[in-house]
Amino acid sequence: MADAEPQKLPLDAVWRARTSKFADFAGYDMPIQFEGLIAEHNWTREHAGLFDVSHMGPCFFALPKGHGLEGDVAHKKVASLIERLVPADIQGLKPGQVRYTMLLNADGGILDDLMIARPAEPAAAGDLYIVVNAGCKIEDWKLIEATTKGEANLVRADDRCLLALQGPTAAQAASAVIAPELNDMNFMTVRRIETQRFGRLTITRSGYTGEDGYEILVRAEHAKDLAEALLAHAEVKPVGLGARDSLRLEAGLCLYGHDLDPSTSPIEADLAWTIQKRRREAGDFPGAKRILREYELGVSRKRVGIRPNDRAPAREGVEIQKDGKNIGVVTSGGFSPILNGPISMGYVDAAHSEPGHVVELMVRGQARSATIVPLPFVPHRYVRPKKAN
Amino acid sequence: MSKRYTKDHEWVELNGDVAIIGISAYATEQLGDVVYVELPAKDKEFAAHADMAVVESAKAASDVYAPISGKVVEVNDTLSGQPDLVNGSPEGDGWFVKIKVVNKAEVDALMDEAAYADYVKGL
Repeated sequence: MADAEPQKLPLDAVWRARTSKFADFAGYDMPIQFEGLIAEHNWTREHAGLFDVSHMGPCFFALPKGHGLEGDVAHKKVASLIERLVPADIQGLKPGQVRYTMLLNADGGILDDLMIARPAEPAAAGDLYIVVNAGCKIEDWKLIEATTKGEANLVRADDRCLLALQGPTAAQAASAVIAPELNDMNFMTVRRIETQRFGRLTITRSGYTGEDGYEILVRAEHAKDLAEALLAHAEVKPVGLGARDSLRLEAGLCLYGHDLDPSTSPIEADLAWTIQKRRREAGDFPGAKRILREYELGVSRKRVGIRPNDRAPAREGVEIQKDGKNIGVVTSGGFSPILNGPISMGYVDAAHSEPGHVVELMVRGQARSATIVPLPFVPHRYVRPKKAN
Repeated sequence: MSKRYTKDHEWVELNGDVAIIGISAYATEQLGDVVYVELPAKDKEFAAHADMAVVESAKAASDVYAPISGKVVEVNDTLSGQPDLVNGSPEGDGWFVKIKVVNKAEVDALMDEAAYADYVKGL
């Protein structure tokens, strides 16, 4: 992918007017930085950052037209199809509910991590809204189609724009600019709304920064208006992929291809919480044998948070040792603006995975002391508004 | 005396036989927020172009090369607690090391301010 000319985002001109710092990411020419990585990071933690994540893979997965099913029956049918590939309880989603899960290979390794939403509207029964990662989308979609051929249709929506608005004042800005009802959504829910200015929007209250916020799917012809309207709000500033990475790392969230890969199981990745009881009991997902064994008996290596005990960042690929012996590797690392120091995530032998264990990080050939810590590094602040009744 | 620059964006300012070394304002603009600087130990000797220091921005780690040959006589310890001084004053208080120069001709061979400004314009 690195050889081909990167694809321009539909909102390229909106971002070029605000920064010249772009880089190729997953085949897209993405804005990396605006005001400065740390300033953008802190703005998102204190106000609201607007991210263009149109490189990602939104799609609609639906029973064929004229399926004749309604409500829960239609939902359970389409959910059972996608459950062939993911270990989450998708059939159990309530209307409007969103779940984080992963596509698995036959060995229980992670092919991608993704969000699956059940639309709230009765007319959309039998549809799922799915968002996969940019770097995996073509392969993911091929796999989903091959696994459910003739039983459901997958419609790509990556010709639209996907904007993420993240931060403690995201709700204030989104409800002022788009529609007041956005304020009433719970975290990890989806809503489709018709707007005069921006057309039909599919909005999830979700994100990947540890903050409250929304991910908004908007048709390309309305995307510029929406982005400019959000950016005109006093609480909103544009944020690049650089700060997106430091925000998700502080929030202890995995980046596919770095913290997750086809050799890694959800249990090793400390994502057992994403496999609901019904699926664990049924054991009817790819790699269930390995995953359930690991769930019961434990794993030999585990994803952990790591705090270097000095100021040197330990980035992806840094070897983790204990008393001179290799015990693991860093899979993501960088600088935490909130903690004002370096943070890393990585995999270590289970014997050394308890918080408080002191290990050594081999940074440029030199052993540096570090401590295993619980994740996330910075507490999540997902908003679950009280019901106004 | 005025500064000299390398193509790798280090600067050198010669005072007698001691040279102050740092990275240019252009370099810090490219790096973004500096969060850590790994400096060599005092008395360490370097040949020109050898790896001398590492500067870590929020984004990535970058090597800093010795622009000239010499021996480290002082390192800027302030940077260990205030790495962002490199952003705030890249060609002043954000200096990296002072080295005792072996061959002043190596300094003369570097770009002067005008030549470096032209070089940067072309990047």
